[in-house]
Amino acid sequence: MSGEVQAAAVLGGFTESETQEDRGPRGFPRRRRIGLGDWLLPVYTVLAFVFLLIPIAYTFVFSFNDSLKSNISWRGFTLDKWLNVCNVEGGAVCQAFTNSIIIGLVATLIATVLGTMIAIALVRYRFRARSAISLLLFLPMATPEVVLGAGLAAQFLAVGVPKDMTTIILAHTMFCISFVVVTVKARVASLDPALEEAGRDLYGSPSQVFWRVTFPLLTPGILAAALLSFALSFDDFIITNFNSGSVSTFPKYIYISASRGIPAEANVIASAVFLFALVLVIGAQVSRAARAKRLAKLG
Amino acid sequence: MAFAAFATTEAQPQAPKRKSRIALFLLLPGILYLVLFFLTPLISLILTSLQAPAEFGDIGQYSYAFNWQNYVTVVQQYLPHILRSFGYALAATVFALLFSYPLAYFIGVKARRWPLLQSLMLVLVIAPFFISFLLRTLAWKQLLSDESFIITSLKALSLMAPDAHFTGTPFAVIFGLTYNFIPFMTLPLYTTLERLDTRYLEAGSDLYANPFTVFRKITIPLSMPGIVAGTLLTFIPAAGDYVNASRDFLGGPDTQMMGNVIEANFLVLLNYPAAAALSIILMAAILVLVSIYVKRSGTEDLL
Repeated sequence: MSGEVQAAAVLGGFTESETQEDRGPRGFPRRRRIGLGDWLLPVYTVLAFVFLLIPIAYTFVFSFNDSLKSNISWRGFTLDKWLNVCNVEGGAVCQAFTNSIIIGLVATLIATVLGTMIAIALVRYRFRARSAISLLLFLPMATPEVVLGAGLAAQFLAVGVPKDMTTIILAHTMFCISFVVVTVKARVASLDPALEEAGRDLYGSPSQVFWRVTFPLLTPGILAAALLSFALSFDDFIITNFNSGSVSTFPKYIYISASRGIPAEANVIASAVFLFALVLVIGAQVSRAARAKRLAKLG
Repeated sequence: MAFAAFATTEAQPQAPKRKSRIALFLLLPGILYLVLFFLTPLISLILTSLQAPAEFGDIGQYSYAFNWQNYVTVVQQYLPHILRSFGYALAATVFALLFSYPLAYFIGVKARRWPLLQSLMLVLVIAPFFISFLLRTLAWKQLLSDESFIITSLKALSLMAPDAHFTGTPFAVIFGLTYNFIPFMTLPLYTTLERLDTRYLEAGSDLYANPFTVFRKITIPLSMPGIVAGTLLTFIPAAGDYVNASRDFLGGPDTQMMGNVIEANFLVLLNYPAAAALSIILMAAILVLVSIYVKRSGTEDLL
């Protein structure tokens, strides 16, 4: 094996490992390429994941820190912060967290309804100005958040609307719609129109066909879109910062407290949210795998 | 991801022609919402960027005008910030691509035989999204502060000058931007690499191409849609970000980006025209750069 090939294999392990076809053209066992790539890429992957997860581990560990006001140096293990999350600063962290949940839920609800309707129309109907509408849906995703935030804030200022919870919800709904459309559209496109046809053939009214056939089939896509919207809204800081006035959200609370030190209670909330989301996603993956197995058995 | 998904919008020739009234009913509320809260804000941003200070007005009071000199003023005043924004975003995009490609290749191509491992690794890629990105960035700030284990070790090993800092430097800001946007790069790369037909790679090596040539001539061209989508999804938010560069996070006084000055002008100095002019410049520059990039990389049908 030439050094050049070795070097290339080191660059990223691009050689497919031959597990089954280990025989050369004349039946001689081909010499197994012990390319560095065979183990370099898996090792790299493990290291990459360690790197990606370091800050999460740090946040989690420091939620158990027996810290005073700011949570920078390790002062010993305590469960106290987990048990009394809302006791710090008169419950400011919890207030911010509650606001974030409310904003996320309302914005998700509106964005999911509006986005799903658009997704169905885009796949199922023909209409004029299609490319203009596609562009209008695409642009919010291609615009930097700071521009979206400043634009809305400039508009609220021009119209004279005071910034509060409502303006945050209006802003969050706006940037969630496009992501809902993208997610649900994929699901609508994979839907077999014959199923709806069958419903109509059986004298189902349009609304019956929609609620009994189309909607149940779209549910996984709609749920995924709603989860994505909620996650985007919950973690949004930049757009919120421009349109929140004096209302605090969880990310805004962290941004403002960053200069004087974040209390460990913020780490508690973030870690709890992380664990909850992780369980939710892994649960969804496992149940999908189980269903695929069941279907495979039936087929 | 998002970009690739929109590519399929037009390809619906068999979409049945049905009553356009239903389509109108389905489209109208959402489109109206975007017109009201996305399109008109952009217009009011343009109008604001041309405003002049109100006569006899207080700080923060402006009247509509055609004061295009605002643009000249902000470019003169904030040219370093503008250049920094695009420089940092470009560097972060390149680093994120270099970091993500082998990772996405392993998940999408090498791990195909183990679907469960594949989906577990995908969960790990998006796991950082489940924890506030501000807290993640602050975690790095602590982990890379002057007193931290990592930095003191580097100094003990003489890999860093004893009086050098990491936080507050451009490197720290680029590091933070890279870290925060890696999932945006990895996911679209994974999506295209997952569909990569490995028989092409085998054909390449059967024709005596060495692995490096196979990678350069086959793998990269076939994964181009993912590379373009990933670089766009990383570059655009990175250019507008102001959290990483903020003084309370990974930045310092000399690392402020466009986002920082837009925020300062809008929310602190109440200089709305300057903030609006900077926003318009940022958006216009991104649109120009993106369209040139998409044209040159030959993936126009992606948009």
